Amino acid sequence: MTRVALAFVSRRAVADEVVQETWLNVVRSLDAFEARSSLRTWIYAILGNCARRRAEQEQRFVPLSEIAAGEASGDELGVSPGRFFSGGHWAGMWSTAVSRWEDLPEERLVSSELRATLLEAIDALPCMQRAVLTLRDIEGWPPKEVCDYLGLANGNQRILLHRARAAARSAVERYVEEGTQ
Amino acid sequence: MLTCADIVKLVTDYLEGRLTPDERARFEGHVAICPPCRAFLGQMRTTVELVGDLREEDVPPEMEEHLLAAFRDWRRDE
Repeated sequence: MTRVALAFVSRRAVADEVVQETWLNVVRSLDAFEARSSLRTWIYAILGNCARRRAEQEQRFVPLSEIAAGEASGDELGVSPGRFFSGGHWAGMWSTAVSRWEDLPEERLVSSELRATLLEAIDALPCMQRAVLTLRDIEGWPPKEVCDYLGLANGNQRILLHRARAAARSAVERYVEEGTQ
Repeated sequence: MLTCADIVKLVTDYLEGRLTPDERARFEGHVAICPPCRAFLGQMRTTVELVGDLREEDVPPEMEEHLLAAFRDWRRDE
């Protein structure tokens, strides 16, 4: 939840407060909860309200769509361009090996170390990429709900998701290759 | 003809089902004959699964403690 709150407010300490305030509101208004939506959706709606209010109080409110547009701009592949041939007959083709993770021993991809590595990579993402990845791939929201929640156009949502997933893939790749050398 | 770099660029649109039928056919045609791109597509799918596994079902312990304390105070106030 802190990862999502960080899309709205910029400081970690404020995001932590927003999450605490959210839980307090959840507990206080639990009686008013009607099972029309899932509890999770309802909690996230409260989180969004708390976070927006805090952002306004702190007068740091830049529309999320604007931050998202910044994060989605530029031509970024998601994989270092150095991994491909840059010219000649093979231009744009892989110049480096891409390993099949299916061939790895299963325990290689389920360690708590890898989990920590992934979380670290996600925390290092720009705030909108982190929020999109968290809601889409950790919380499992459909694209439309993420767009509505964060006020994003679907095209930008997809670009942010692509960049965030690409960064996560690179982190796993570094981890996997370190271990096999 | 799509290059491998194009496959990398399009992979999320592909996984999201956002390619046109023509683009999709070209994407799959490339991946079918290109082992590194097949490996890359597998890596992306695995990454999405690994990130999905990070989901926490439980409230973190320190938050739970905080919540319970808050809940007790609130009951007392009533």
